[in-house]
This record gives sequence, C-alpha cells and structure tokens, in this order.
Amino acid sequence: MSSADLDTWRRTTLAASLGKMPQRKPRFATLSGIPVDDLYTDARGTDPRIGFPGEYPFTRGVHPTMYRARPWTIRQVAGFGTAENTNERYKYLLAHGETGLSTDFDLPTLLGYDSDHPIAVPEIGKIGVAVDTIDDVRLLMKDIPLGEVSTSYTINASAFVLMGMYEVVAKEQGVAAERITGTIQNDILKEYTAQNEYIYPPAEAVKLVVDTMEYAAKAMPRYNPVSVSGYHIRDAGSNAIQELAFTLGAAHCYVTEAVKRGLSADFVAPRVSFFWNIQNDFFEEIAKFRAARRLWARMMRDWVGAKDPRSWMMRAHAQTSGVSLTAQQPDNNIARTAIQALAGVLGGTQSLHTNSKDEAFQIPSEGAIKIAVRTQQILALENRVCDVVDPLAGSYYVEQLTDRLEEEAEALIREILDRGGMVRSIEDGFIQRQIADTSAAFQQALEAREEYVVGVNVHVDEEGELPFEAFQLDPDLAERQIRRTRAVRRSRSAAAVGRSLKEIRRSAEAGTNVMPAVVDAIRAQATVGEMCDVLREVYGGYRGPIIF
Amino acid sequence: MKRPLRVVVAKPGLDGHDRGAKIIARAFRDAGMEVIYTGIFQTTEMIVRTVIEEDADVLGLSILSGAHLHFAEEICKALREQAAREVLVVMGGILPPPDIPKVKASGVAEVFGPGTPTSAIVEFVRSRCAAR
Repeated sequence: MSSADLDTWRRTTLAASLGKMPQRKPRFATLSGIPVDDLYTDARGTDPRIGFPGEYPFTRGVHPTMYRARPWTIRQVAGFGTAENTNERYKYLLAHGETGLSTDFDLPTLLGYDSDHPIAVPEIGKIGVAVDTIDDVRLLMKDIPLGEVSTSYTINASAFVLMGMYEVVAKEQGVAAERITGTIQNDILKEYTAQNEYIYPPAEAVKLVVDTMEYAAKAMPRYNPVSVSGYHIRDAGSNAIQELAFTLGAAHCYVTEAVKRGLSADFVAPRVSFFWNIQNDFFEEIAKFRAARRLWARMMRDWVGAKDPRSWMMRAHAQTSGVSLTAQQPDNNIARTAIQALAGVLGGTQSLHTNSKDEAFQIPSEGAIKIAVRTQQILALENRVCDVVDPLAGSYYVEQLTDRLEEEAEALIREILDRGGMVRSIEDGFIQRQIADTSAAFQQALEAREEYVVGVNVHVDEEGELPFEAFQLDPDLAERQIRRTRAVRRSRSAAAVGRSLKEIRRSAEAGTNVMPAVVDAIRAQATVGEMCDVLREVYGGYRGPIIF
Repeated sequence: MKRPLRVVVAKPGLDGHDRGAKIIARAFRDAGMEVIYTGIFQTTEMIVRTVIEEDADVLGLSILSGAHLHFAEEICKALREQAAREVLVVMGGILPPPDIPKVKASGVAEVFGPGTPTSAIVEFVRSRCAAR
C-alpha cells in the first residue's frame, strides 16, 4: 500500500499508527516557536520512490511517526571478564539512561571453545564476556528484567547455543514466550568476509542460521534471530556500496534458504533485522540508510514475493565506526562519534551504539562510556532532531546519493547472484578480494595524504601519549571462570548430557532442525564447547582462502 | 644478487581482525619482499613451523585481541630454541603503552601501533635486516 498524497497518508497510515503509539507531545515547535509538522513533502505530494514513512518503499523510515513517537534505543555494547563483571557494567549503563542492552562475548565463546580448552586460556574474557554454560547466562542477566529490557547478543558461529540459553533464562524469569524481545547477531556470512570468527563451512553454517530463524519464529515470535551486519564489512575496509551489497545479499540468502526449506518468506522475513556502520562521510551515510530501506523493500516484495509489509521493512541498529577512532588525541573521538551518531539518526536508525573515546585501544572505561551515552541523550533531548521525520528528504544531493547507492549496490548483488550466490562468492574469495582492494586503496590514499585523519596524518601533536583512564581486567578472571565451568561439569548428570549431545548429533546428521535438541542440552548444562564440538564432528571445520 | 627478504605475516590465537595484517602483507609484497601470510587462527607451533619451513628473515605478528603478552613470549622463545638463524620479530596491533616494553623484553624488535604508515614499517624491516 502506498498513499497518493499527504492527506491520504495522514488519514490511513499515520492515523493507524497514532492509535497504537501516540506522539510524545501534542504539538512540536522550534525554539523560536515555529510549528513543526509531522511530515514535510513537496507541494504535489511526493515522488513514489521517496514515498511516505511507514509505507512501501520505506525510503523515509519504517515507522510513520519515527522519533516523534519514540526516540531510538540507546544500546551500548558491553562485555568483558566474567558474567558478574559484565552484569555490573549493564547496571551502570541502565543507571545512566541506557534503554537497551547489548553483549560482546570473548573469543573462545564466539568460536565454540570452553574456557579450559588450551587455545582459549590466553583469550578468556579479554574482548567480551566468557560464557561456557547456562549458569553464566543466568549470572549475566541477573536482575535484568528480560520482559522489559531488550537485549542483543553479538555472537555468530555459536549463536545457536546462545540463543537457546537466552530463551531458557528468559523463561526461567517468568517471561512469556510471546513477550521475549531481543536480537542475536547470528549473521555468519560476514564472518567469512570480514570478522573471521567462523567454525563450520559456509553452507552448513547458513543451514544453522535458518534453523534458528525457523525455531525462533515459533518459540519467541518477537525475537530477532538474525541481525545482518554491514558493520564489520565496513570496518574491515569496504566502502558504503559494498557494505550495502554484501549485507543485503546475505539477508537475501538467509530468506531464500528458508524459502527453499518450505517456510514462507513472510514467516521469517519480518524478524530479519540489520546492523549498519556509520562512517565519516556524513551525507553518504544518511543516504545509505535510505537506500538500504528502499532496496530491501523491493528485494523482499518483488524478488522474493513477500506479501506482509513487515517483511519489507529494513529495521536497523547502527554503531559509529570503530575503525575511524584514533589512538592519537583520543578526545577528538568524541567529536567524530557525535557527528557519526547524528548521521545515523538522520538516516532513521532504530537503535544506536556510540563508541567511547578510548575504544581505539581498550575496553571503554566508565568515564568514557558515560560521555558516549550522554552524546546520544544530547542529540535526543537538546538538538530536536527527533521532532521531524526524515528531514533531508527532497535534498537534491541526498536524494541523488540515495539513488546512486541503491543502483550500485543492486548491481553488485546481481553480480553475486549471477556468479552463484553469496556462499560461492565467499568460497572463491570474490567478496574478500573486493574488501581487501578497497581497504588497501584507502590506506594508500592516507599515506599519500589524499585522505586525512586529524591527529594521525595531519594536525599531529608531537608530545604526549594517551592521557586516559586505563581499563583493567580482573587478573584472576580466567582462573575463576575455569573453576566455575569445571564445577558445573562435576555436578551435572553426565548421562543426561551424553544423551542430549547424542540427540544434537542425530539431528545434525539427519539434516533436521537442531534447535530443540540444543535447548534440551542447554537445560542439561552441556557446555558451549561440547555442543559446538558435536557439530564440528558432523559438519567439519573451515579454512577460508588466503587473500591480501 | 641478494635474494629478496622473506617475511611471514601471522595472526596468532583466535583473533579474526585481519585488516591490518592484510594491509601490511600487501605493503611488504609491494616493496619487493616475498610474503607468506598464514591467515587466522594460528597457534605458536604453526607459526614457528611456517617461519622455519619458509626460511623467513622476518616474522610480523598482528594481534588485536589483548593476548599479545602471551604470544610474544611464547613465539619468541620457541624461535630462539628452534630456528637455525635469527629472525626479526615485529608486532602490530593495539597494545596498552605499559605492555610495549614487556613484549620488547620478550624479543619483539618493534611494535607498530594504529596510524603507523606502512612505509615506516617497511623501512624499519629493511634497515634492520641490512644491518645484519
């Protein structure tokens, strides 16, 4: 459905939305008292490619009222040390006005190794929280009301285990299945091209993603079982066009694989969410969000044949670019992050992480993370950017950038489909080579001073290194984590664990959905490593092509 | 004629962030060196074996996971024990400043932090190897 003119939109789409969620204020005005309308369009109504917010093709936003009804969710990712350490950080963030949670896991957890595996020991709790068993997730979520605060888990290769653990803990808290909200990243394809935390071969890993999508649609209908991520692709060195193409291409791959399994597109697509990077090119980044919404809507409606408008909506989280931060003159990162955050908001993101000024070199300190949260609050409460929907629509520059990004990204997605699809283009290194080439070209431009990074290749300070509040990890955390996991292994029923692991294997070998067996094994206190190992034996491991 | 320098670029441990490793591998190659990039998920044993089998002059380690102290010590010690000749070990990544003297004490010749031009790294490796 799309409205022909502004009056029709107000009578239909807007009225329906206001009935469910009213605007924050009865009237909006500028500081000078000039009234601020709910929507600004050109005199004729609008170009159908731009359309109206909350309607196909969603160029102007997925909701009719956007931030006039509710500002974006402030969702800072956090994770380090043990579950107790990270739970304490969550409480600090919520006490300072954060409105959603997000978890980073340590490398052993991301790669499906228990903390006492020899390869895990040097990495326990360093770049995220260590999780081995359901007991760790109970501690991680302690006193966090999972029916009220939505929580995102940044995990991919072992996401099928962590999603099951989240479901079990939410239900233990008494949250009804249909009230469990949250997101798990679970976007395995970009691991092979950008972040490199994968376990299984790509085709088998995509099968696991579809298992979680199918399972979650029934077990937790409001939960987002996949958050398809351009973030890492961009930070790995791609440009905005490649970020759009490889991300929407991956999302299309998950949905079409689900359809091949016999599920309807409208059963899975409404819960597919996205995660974008916000880099330094201010207007291109704003246009990127608009292009992503329009292209995804068309891909779902016209390419896949989804009928439910919710399947067409590109709902997104966004994070300011980690790779744009500089270790030199770290206070400059506050300015960079604020400007990137503004681009994300003008682009219409649903939730936002702002980086802390010290994240170029460490887990953020409490002082730095507070500035990052306050940056979002200043945008939302002082700068009045929440009062008007898609304010840059109609800008000649922004509209033409939106068109160009959409065209170029679509051409690249079609090229990938023509050469056999995402999995094929990962196995033969096509995507990795594109990212490496763009990354190398940018590095050369920096060294030739054709591109600038303030404080690094221009306006460099000679004196002084890193005046910052150092973040210290608890030195005993590895020992404590290993002790806890070993205590769980001793106290649980070995027979029940053995049976449940055998059931995961049987299901994987039969090619049926592994999730019911995984959830049983979680309840029997099987470890992340044990469950991932069963699938390592069935699916095998993977080494990608070496490309540089 | 002198043979070109042989450089192994390696990513130890479970860290997958390889943008820097790929950039520096390409820079060494463009500077005329012979480059072997190991890829990710390398154990100490795998890295040391590659350095010895490839008869490398230089080992470049890229670490962004915070496990630099562990790997600097373990890899430098294994190279001293097992390699037939001296190997120049350099490291790139994100290290808290107080850790830099510690990894150097383990045997890492230099640590290159974020923002270092690749030309400076290439120059360092060339001059150190020429001085031998």
